[in-house]
Amino acid sequence: MPKTVLSKLMWLAIAIVGASAIGGIATHRGESINAIWFVAAAICTYLVAYRFYSAWICAKVLVLDETRATPAERFNNGRDFVPTNRWVTFGHHFAAIAGPGPLIGPTLAMQFGYLPGTLWILAGAVLGGCVQDMVIMFCSTRRDGRSLGQMARDELGPVGGWAAMVGTMLIMLILIAVLGLVIVNAMKHSPWATATVLGTIPVAMLIGIYMRGIRPGRVLEGSLIGISLLLVCVVGGGWVDHSESLRGLFDWSGESVAWFVMIYGFAAATLPVWLLLAPRDYLSTFLKLGVVFLLAISILVLAPDMKMPAVTQFIDGTGPIFKGTLFPFVFITIACGAISGFHSLVSSGTTPKLLPNERDIRMIGYGSMALESFVGIMAVIAACVLDPGVFFAINSPSGVVGKEAAAAVATISSWGFPVTVDQMAMLAKEMGEKTLFARTGGAPSLAVGMATIFASTFGNMLLSMWYHFAIMFEVLFILTTLDAGTRVGRFMLQDILKHAWKPIGNVSSYPMTVLASLIFVAAWGYFLWQGVKDPLGGVNILWPLFGISNQLLAGIALSVATGIIIKMGKARYAWVTGLPLTWLAIVCTSAAVEKVFSPNPAVGFLSGAASMAEKLAAGTLPPDRAAVAPQLIIGQQIDAALALFFAIMLWVVIIDMLRMSLRMRSGKTVLPLSEAKYIRTQLDPNMVTSSH
Amino acid sequence: MSRKELKQLPKHLWHYLRQVTGDDAYERYMAHQNQAHAGEPTLTRQQFFKKRQDEKWSKVTRCC
Repeated sequence: MPKTVLSKLMWLAIAIVGASAIGGIATHRGESINAIWFVAAAICTYLVAYRFYSAWICAKVLVLDETRATPAERFNNGRDFVPTNRWVTFGHHFAAIAGPGPLIGPTLAMQFGYLPGTLWILAGAVLGGCVQDMVIMFCSTRRDGRSLGQMARDELGPVGGWAAMVGTMLIMLILIAVLGLVIVNAMKHSPWATATVLGTIPVAMLIGIYMRGIRPGRVLEGSLIGISLLLVCVVGGGWVDHSESLRGLFDWSGESVAWFVMIYGFAAATLPVWLLLAPRDYLSTFLKLGVVFLLAISILVLAPDMKMPAVTQFIDGTGPIFKGTLFPFVFITIACGAISGFHSLVSSGTTPKLLPNERDIRMIGYGSMALESFVGIMAVIAACVLDPGVFFAINSPSGVVGKEAAAAVATISSWGFPVTVDQMAMLAKEMGEKTLFARTGGAPSLAVGMATIFASTFGNMLLSMWYHFAIMFEVLFILTTLDAGTRVGRFMLQDILKHAWKPIGNVSSYPMTVLASLIFVAAWGYFLWQGVKDPLGGVNILWPLFGISNQLLAGIALSVATGIIIKMGKARYAWVTGLPLTWLAIVCTSAAVEKVFSPNPAVGFLSGAASMAEKLAAGTLPPDRAAVAPQLIIGQQIDAALALFFAIMLWVVIIDMLRMSLRMRSGKTVLPLSEAKYIRTQLDPNMVTSSH
Repeated sequence: MSRKELKQLPKHLWHYLRQVTGDDAYERYMAHQNQAHAGEPTLTRQQFFKKRQDEKWSKVTRCC
């Protein structure tokens, strides 16, 4: 048989397997469904989309030119601009985009059942997220590796540029606050987790000193020593937990953990990067890639059954983890894993400086995001292998299901998800925790899911070790985003504030560094504190706000991309980025409007604040809630203003892009394409395949 | 895969690992300097590593 026929048959088979798997997942209604269906559906979807859709975009819309020199080649300085092997660049790009988002969002969204989240992760990634990452990487590569903000300014004008700059800083703020909250909920009243995480800090510093002073730049050696020490920390945490005299020292309240997170963020942003931030990043990146790989292998070997129903009754908006109906909130809750605006910041500015050849934009831009989406699918699997009753018991805040274990299991069982006090006590004991009730934020339930999968694959022992290993992995991972974000956020803040007060823009002045870091940490610390104090767990408020801000950034990126495609004379293909943009605009606007104006106090910020004020005035709040009510009322009003601001900014950028397109259409002058001049590549075409 | 390629596989994997972690970044920098800017002053290993790290952590390199 000729090769082309064979290849066509193979792709037909992949498409059929994928379609059957998705059909199977969508129509299956029974006790449980095997996780392999999800793996098959996901892999086939990514393969078909990569082979056909991404190839079509690259050939017809972007018209990648492999003879054109990339910024990495043209500005090669051997340091940050370096043409780098495509697989190495793929590794760097994937490690940069894959954060805790695709693990946490899908976990929270499982309150709707597995079906809506899974479909959105698959469709959102191949039609939205992957396209965004790839097109933005292309635009930046053609523009000397410029950042999204600079491209927005150059291509759309000052309004777009300003919106991108402020939007990026605000999303960073909300992101850090909500991730901080996830850490708080994973560490509070868990001496084992707290001791382990505290232990990782001196380990990181030790490795920092090693790689800076003792063996400069020996990354592999340093990381290897560091990873071994991290494992010692996990075991040591267990030892602390079993010691009567020590465990009390590490049994911290939510407030104490929040203070720890803030002090840590401030320290990491102001200390030299080599001491804490950079070495910890090496360790967490190794751990991250290792765990993701281990999880994939375990799921394939174990082929676990998923016990969550396809769709739960909570699509009506009454869910315990967060309030709000299926539309638009499943699309807001799962941002990373489907489409994440944040990626556009790495795809522009960072990766193009390594890219060896334009043709690699397809594999690195589109392919990395498909892989991250797969991480999201694995999070879905890890959440759904738990009994639904257990899943809801871990993830439901005590303000919803009741503080006492008996009350919580009664409420959750009454929803049709049976769970008993004994079952939860047994599970907590196995995991080495005092209780697993109301450990909101997604991290603990993900850790229980991962520990279950790992322990079943690698021998059914040491569940508590696996659990705390998973918690350490998640916390370390989040701290990386948190300290890198605080540092970059500080630079952005200085960049914005210098327009009002010039001296603060001086990034090499130490007092200004401290001042700007303090302001930035205080800003996210405010939202974190509000989340810690909230009896409904805070995730209910902060995660949707984070989703909206992340989608806002995606909206800005897609507007810039659509504008550039139109200016390139490809207006008939503008739907490639225009359609995901339209969808995000609909989702983002509906979610923002609901979060601000919904008359349901559990959903709307304004009605939430009003209802609390009413209860406070009437004196019907229990004393512990009355004490924090005034803070929470102001907090919800600020949240409302922020959500509204996000929605308005998104529309400002979209309208700016449309205005430019219309001007172009009627033959008026617009800002010219800021593409760099064509220079022929001199690189050996073999460098992309060999490892040198 | 031919036998010769198979024999080379561990070497290739080792190179990949060193490159993807940045372990060999300084050697690459020196190679680049010698080739493109021969005779010009170069950074020491320590200076290079510090400069590279400072550059990396002043922009967005990690996502959510």
